[in-house]
Amino acid sequence: MTRYDDAARRRHLAELERVWADPPGLRGWLTTVDHKRVARRYIVTALVFFVLAGVLALAMRTQLAVPENTVLGPDLYNQVFSMHGSVMMFLFAVPVMEAVAIYMVPLMVGARNIAFPRLNAFSYWVYLFGGLLIFAAFALNIGPEAGWTGYTPLSGPDFSPGKRTDFWAQMITFTEVAALAVAVELVATIMIMRAPGMTLARMPLFVWSMLVTSLMVIFAMPAVMLSSTFLITDRLIGTQFYNPAEGGDHLLWQHLFWFFGHPEVYIIFMPALGMISAIVETYCRRPVFGYTPMVLALVATGFLSFGLWVHHMFATGLPPMGNSFYTAASMLIAVPSGIQVFCWIATIATGKPRLEVPLLFVLGFFALFVLGGMTGVMVASVPLDLQVHDTYFVVAHFHYVLIGGAVFPLFGALYMWFPKIAGRLLDDRLGRWQFWLLFIGFNVTFFPMHYLGLIGMPRRVYTYPTGLGWDTWNLLSSAGAYLVALGALLFVVNVARALRRPADAPDDPWGGPDLSWATSSPPPAYEFAHVHEVRTRTPLWAGPDGEPQLELPVLHGLRTDRREALLTTPIDAVPECRWAMPDPSIWPLLAALSLTVAFVWSIFDPWGVVWGSIPVGVALIVWFWPKKSEPSLQATE
Amino acid sequence: MNTPARLRAWLFTGAVLALAACDGPQSALLPRAEQAEAIDRVWRVMLWTCTALYIVVLLALAYAMLRRRADRRREGIASDPLLRKTLAAWVVVIVAFLTAFVALSYAEDRRIRGGEPDLEVRITAKQWWWQVEYLDADPSRQFTTANELHLPRDRTARIELRAGDVIHSYWVPALGGKEDLIPGRTNAVWVTPRENGTWRGQCAEFCGLQHAHMALDVFVHDVGFFERWRDTQLYPARLPETATARRGKAVFEQHACATCHTVRGTTAGGRLGPDLTHFASRRHLAAGLLPVESPHLLAWIEDPQRLKPGAQMPAVPLAPQDLLAVNEYLLGLR
Repeated sequence: MTRYDDAARRRHLAELERVWADPPGLRGWLTTVDHKRVARRYIVTALVFFVLAGVLALAMRTQLAVPENTVLGPDLYNQVFSMHGSVMMFLFAVPVMEAVAIYMVPLMVGARNIAFPRLNAFSYWVYLFGGLLIFAAFALNIGPEAGWTGYTPLSGPDFSPGKRTDFWAQMITFTEVAALAVAVELVATIMIMRAPGMTLARMPLFVWSMLVTSLMVIFAMPAVMLSSTFLITDRLIGTQFYNPAEGGDHLLWQHLFWFFGHPEVYIIFMPALGMISAIVETYCRRPVFGYTPMVLALVATGFLSFGLWVHHMFATGLPPMGNSFYTAASMLIAVPSGIQVFCWIATIATGKPRLEVPLLFVLGFFALFVLGGMTGVMVASVPLDLQVHDTYFVVAHFHYVLIGGAVFPLFGALYMWFPKIAGRLLDDRLGRWQFWLLFIGFNVTFFPMHYLGLIGMPRRVYTYPTGLGWDTWNLLSSAGAYLVALGALLFVVNVARALRRPADAPDDPWGGPDLSWATSSPPPAYEFAHVHEVRTRTPLWAGPDGEPQLELPVLHGLRTDRREALLTTPIDAVPECRWAMPDPSIWPLLAALSLTVAFVWSIFDPWGVVWGSIPVGVALIVWFWPKKSEPSLQATE
Repeated sequence: MNTPARLRAWLFTGAVLALAACDGPQSALLPRAEQAEAIDRVWRVMLWTCTALYIVVLLALAYAMLRRRADRRREGIASDPLLRKTLAAWVVVIVAFLTAFVALSYAEDRRIRGGEPDLEVRITAKQWWWQVEYLDADPSRQFTTANELHLPRDRTARIELRAGDVIHSYWVPALGGKEDLIPGRTNAVWVTPRENGTWRGQCAEFCGLQHAHMALDVFVHDVGFFERWRDTQLYPARLPETATARRGKAVFEQHACATCHTVRGTTAGGRLGPDLTHFASRRHLAAGLLPVESPHLLAWIEDPQRLKPGAQMPAVPLAPQDLLAVNEYLLGLR
């Protein structure tokens, strides 16, 4: 081996810089396959959708503040709540978690880029176009009207004439394609691109959670793809999947939808579990207690989540014995959840907690998610569910688990990872204000809803009469919604202020344990100067007390004159082969554009599928055509 | 008033307000039928157990955050036998509680289904009202009404549930849980009321534009009173008594009204809308939208779309006198 002095180091870095750089200007912006640029876009887009869906929620709470209100009429209200649910689930919650993973997972496993980086760029464009489509439709008064669950026959051709439901169903198709693409990339990245030595048992828990999440996406999404495609064909070409008069069945929709829909909730929640582990570990300076039970809990939750969809259907008149089975299966989820809560609390108890903003959000998570989990156990009980199902009690329950269980950890993770993503630290004081506004506002908004449901208020009503005892609690709830909005606004202010400062964040502001902190903030296009070798679960810590590891072992031998990455074996992460990763390309964008044309065309004409697939096919062929001219492939051994 | 006394006064007022609020006509917290009581038992057990567990978790968290960290040597030990044992014990506790919950749910679930019915009713939900048919082995003792359910106390009624268009959900919280009405399927609930009174139910499955205005009034009577009510409902409609009402009947029969509504004993035999034979004996019109009183009914007939946008009933153009006449006629259908 040659002597590795400063000059050689500079040459090495300059070459990496040149090989991994995007083309300059707009061309680079459109063709980039750098997971960090794509992920930043993904996160920003998802947060914009979050804000828009939040504004819709404010509109609903304004309408419901007083009885017999007329701010929103029934038609607009129905579109607004359908948009709120659909956007939050399909365009915010799942994508934002995947987006954070697109950014963090390659860094945490010490890879040079995400696997299939062009697919990643394609996924973002498809997602963006799907989101723009549904908002354009909503603006043109052809927004969805049958709820985010789109139950037939209300969403079928007889009761939802016009194109509203078609746009909604097609938006789902867009997000499915995008989410599946990301899931495949993440699984591949995690399985074969981990730093040498990072065995499965040394993977950070966030990476574990994303592995399980991605596998769940791969198994759950096809069900909704099937159900929404059946719906589209029922509406467009007269199939009868959901027409009992012709041998179809409305419960088919519900089974297919919830076979996806229940895992979906865990797809949103599971990445948050990984974020919590990362936050607790970092701010308590101690590896999470019970790594093995934690991993097993994640995997168990993933498996169990596919066996409980019927608890959304207890009131549909299915056989009682079957329902009881789903009660037991649903309650079983409390076991892995309980294990994880225990392990985190044990980690805090035996560590040295620093109450930074991210840990504050995790404490908020405990207060909210455990409550949501308790009401979750309640709604798993068939008799009790028959009272509270489809009432505001359930609205309260799922906001506690989704906002408390996923959005709070997400904000915590964003505070922790913001320096790694944007090169700047977010303001601590504003962060604390944001936390308390969100926490108090959230409870004021959603806690009374438990009670509202118990005293009889069904969900999805655009108004209610006075005299049922609901007035005070609704007014209180609406007031809380404005506090939540204020809290969300503070986050925007905090980010805007941070971005106006120079990018001066240190590489490792928190003393984190994983590889992502071993490179600059934000990392260069090639991530790491060298491939790191991993020997423990917390490579940046010397011992379990979190003392920093001063010297990280590295591996030499990768070529730097092309985009070369090291592939390792799936279980033990033994180096296996080198892989020339793709260069920037415009074709993912063009493929996404032509796919958008095909999808939108097919809303109006079934032949759009046939003719529209031709440009898609052309775009894909050019995209995958092996080109001699590509610098990555030019170089020979 | 000193501070503790003031605090007590506030707490007392708060408690009274909270209890008073439970008392709504659509509350699941005041069960008034056997089935609702069974569910309420599950609710109480789960509420108190879960609250206790929640407090335990939060106390553990508070301890974890606030404990004094004097024993420097124990910090940061990745594996800890004591913690391991505690984790195992915690899992056992969770499983024990869950097993109890599952058993309780199973037992009470069997109690709310089935039973030998003393009465059979069929409810068909439509956008956005309830058709209620009282069934009987003797066809001459069957009749149809709408948006009102009358039940005898201490008798078990089996309510068959069907849907006319989209999925709806029958839900009268004071009497029991909800059950969906699904096109192409037939479901059923059993109700054994334990107290006389009036309660309110409401469609609980989103069913389109006017899902919010699809209420059901429920009356529980003594058996004797119920039988008398039933006998009255079996009669055909009363004949109009005043000249205006007679004119109203003629208008009703000759205009669009009769194509959708039935008034037994007249030529009006439409089956799309509610049966109006004993319309004026009902408490509300348009599925709980407004009380059956002259100005409301008049406004409703004049333009249903203004009061319940999207409702299937169109505004039928009627001359002002005809409108008043129909109004008077309908208010006479006791």
